[in-house]
Amino acid sequence: MKPEALLHPTAAGLFCPIGRFHVDPVRPVERALITHGHSDHARSGHGKVLATRQTLDIMRIRYGEDFCGSEQAVGYGESVDVDGVTVCFHPAGHVLGSAQILIQRDGLRINVSGDYKRGTDPTCASFEPVACDVFITEATFGLPVFHHPDPKSEIGKLLTSLKQFPERSHMIGAYALGKAQRVIRLIRDCGYHEPIYIHGALSRLCDYYRDQGIELGDIRPATLEKKDPDAFKGAVVVGPPSAFQDRWARRFNEPLIAFASGWMMVRQRAKQGGVELPLVISDHCDWPELLETIKEVGPSEVWVTHGREEALVRWCELQGFPARPLHLVGYEDERD
Amino acid sequence: MKAFATLLDRLVLTPSRNGKLKLLADYFRDTPDPDRGYGLAALAGTLDLRNIKPALLRELVLEKLDPVLFQYSYDYVGDLAETMALVWDDGEKDDTTDEEQPRLSEVVAMMNSLGRTEVRAAVRDLLDHLDPSSRFAFLKLATGSLRIGVSARLAKQALSDMSGKDVTEIETLWHGLGPPYEPLFAWLEGRAEKPVLATPAIFHSVMLANPVEEGDLEKLDPEDYAAEWKWDGIRVQMSSYGGTKKLYSRSGDDITGAFPDIVDAINFEGVVDGELLVGGTMRSNSPTRTFSDLQQRLNRKTVTSRMLDDYPAFVRAYDLLFQSDEDIRTRSFFERRELLGEVISKAPHDRFDLSDLVAFSDWQELDRLRVNPPDPVIEGVMIKRKDSPYQAGRLKGPWFKWKRDPYNIDAVMLYAQRGHGRRSSYYSDFTFGVWSETPDGEQLVPVGKAYFGFTDAELEVLDKFVRDNTVERFGPVRAVRAEPDFGFVLEVAFEGINRSTRHKSGVAMRFPRIARLRVDKLPRDADRLSTLTAMVEAREA
Repeated sequence: MKPEALLHPTAAGLFCPIGRFHVDPVRPVERALITHGHSDHARSGHGKVLATRQTLDIMRIRYGEDFCGSEQAVGYGESVDVDGVTVCFHPAGHVLGSAQILIQRDGLRINVSGDYKRGTDPTCASFEPVACDVFITEATFGLPVFHHPDPKSEIGKLLTSLKQFPERSHMIGAYALGKAQRVIRLIRDCGYHEPIYIHGALSRLCDYYRDQGIELGDIRPATLEKKDPDAFKGAVVVGPPSAFQDRWARRFNEPLIAFASGWMMVRQRAKQGGVELPLVISDHCDWPELLETIKEVGPSEVWVTHGREEALVRWCELQGFPARPLHLVGYEDERD
Repeated sequence: MKAFATLLDRLVLTPSRNGKLKLLADYFRDTPDPDRGYGLAALAGTLDLRNIKPALLRELVLEKLDPVLFQYSYDYVGDLAETMALVWDDGEKDDTTDEEQPRLSEVVAMMNSLGRTEVRAAVRDLLDHLDPSSRFAFLKLATGSLRIGVSARLAKQALSDMSGKDVTEIETLWHGLGPPYEPLFAWLEGRAEKPVLATPAIFHSVMLANPVEEGDLEKLDPEDYAAEWKWDGIRVQMSSYGGTKKLYSRSGDDITGAFPDIVDAINFEGVVDGELLVGGTMRSNSPTRTFSDLQQRLNRKTVTSRMLDDYPAFVRAYDLLFQSDEDIRTRSFFERRELLGEVISKAPHDRFDLSDLVAFSDWQELDRLRVNPPDPVIEGVMIKRKDSPYQAGRLKGPWFKWKRDPYNIDAVMLYAQRGHGRRSSYYSDFTFGVWSETPDGEQLVPVGKAYFGFTDAELEVLDKFVRDNTVERFGPVRAVRAEPDFGFVLEVAFEGINRSTRHKSGVAMRFPRIARLRVDKLPRDADRLSTLTAMVEAREA
């Protein structure tokens, strides 16, 4: 069987005609397999949804009880038959509940890795390499310029800045699902135990992470009891990046804007965003990790989904891995 | 190298002056000699480092990386030094520890000792031994373009903050010292005596004046002060000793080559402060010409004899810092002026004259003179304490500048952009326009941009207007409603106005700021472009 007969791109996303299901569809479909809870991958309104328990829980938190017709939870490593196609979820190391989806039929193995990273992250299960014929990889940071340093050294920069500028509120922009909780946990693991204040958009997901046994320490809502900017003097505040350009940010004392993202590797990106303290912390692979993973998995073919496809395809060709870009639309390559 | 690289990374993204000062002072305090001295030199623009050509860097990176992948990377990043710094490891993980990296002083010494044929291998090896952030710092230094928004003045202020020593004292010494500034740091840290300068034939930081503000003069006795005309030229310093004659701009740039007419005429030894102008001296009874005429002579490395004939330059002397090799800066303004008068009287009369004192008995009288000066090239008066010593920097008290009233227009807000730092949640940078006749009828054309002059309370009002009346967005910029009967009128004040080929409107303002919010006016009442062009013409006349 040709791989395209088992799985191919459509306008709604990757589609398996034999199993009659889509993977991470960008519009409502009959049956969806979801890799992880970020809103561009996990959308509401599908008929049936198959995902890990945690991804389903996260979708419920974000979209409400009726986020889909019916749901089915699957554990890591557990095989499920979908109309004659065997699917199996493996940890992707991206965010809590994130999975790679291995799709098998007649000995052909296609692995949709979703979004993934290789670095250690105490807030989710680590990526497991899965042997396959076709490896479908993201390329969010698919350029040789992207090298993500040790996240603890980045948190070190934050702690240094808190000492240098003890009067300023340190505002850390971090996406609400995954990045925010990972950053809070990293700060704790670096020995900072003061209260950390969070924007309202983060509270339910932080609660969920804690319910799942992930320690985040003393976190409090960054709401204002009195109109007193001094209340947040020298405090660490975590919120979605968009909130910092909003009126919401005015309650803080001389805010110093930090942003935890892989994009912060490029100075001009940080500068354009008005970021004073870039923290290069990513939930995606950097360039060396992408290359290492492809070499480790050793597929006979590589399909590249969203991100900087052309550079990764170029590298695969130079290395002798047949590769092609899928040109999927609807995934925000900005999210990290 | 690591400490300097970390400093640069922070400085690039820190918009506030106080934030920069804190980062700099911490760096100077925590970094050992001689590294901090080279760091200081790099920031102040006094570091001498062998230059590397971008072409060599490209060759080096292409030895390692596929050209197509390099091009994708360069297109994405947009800056060669940064692209190089980031792609150098390619598929490898960087595992350089901070301790393994060479020190800044080692890098400077190594680069400056290389023979021509050794450069390629040495740079390649160095890049291998630096982490991405240090590579960026090194490449910026070696390609000669730091551009991080730190002036030499700010670096000196940080030295002052770090040591508690007065910044004017640091300024006085500055041009007599060089990297790695070890005697300077030893003195700043109280480990040694103040360094002694070897020769006066160097640039000495100039003394600057503060603008007269509301209520400043009432507190002062006119008896204690002298006044001079403030001429609209450029401030210069002539330094002559032992046959070496130099002309410096007020920031210390050597402009000797562009003004042979002045330098050749110097027949004295010492250091003279004055205004560079074109036209004739008062002693030769010919008029002083305008700033636009002077501009013909500025920003040129060499000068043609035609230029010398058409735009003859001269210096109107204000002050004497050294008489021959004797430092007289601690003497009073009046004493120095007397000595200056002797020097100038013996100097060629067509190239040098002495700035006149303006007689006045009280501030009201001086105010009248300031508003109606006897010469169009005068832009106000200078007020100097008679007993003031010559102190580098801008001290409040001894010297004031009192300009003719700034220009004013009513303009309409067209675009707004979010600010930085404390202002990052406010729309605080405003592009404003005035009415002009265009092929499409009467239109508002942008004429300038202002981002200060208003109070915090006024900023709230401006920001609210922008958020409630946005018609279009371009990234961080918003276009706001601006129609004859709806919009926001701003009274804009500025210091001067010139013709400009770079601006579409054909005029460029100096230091525009928002003087008042004219909520009482409608956009249809705002000024017209012809008002601005008339201001330019009046200036030129």
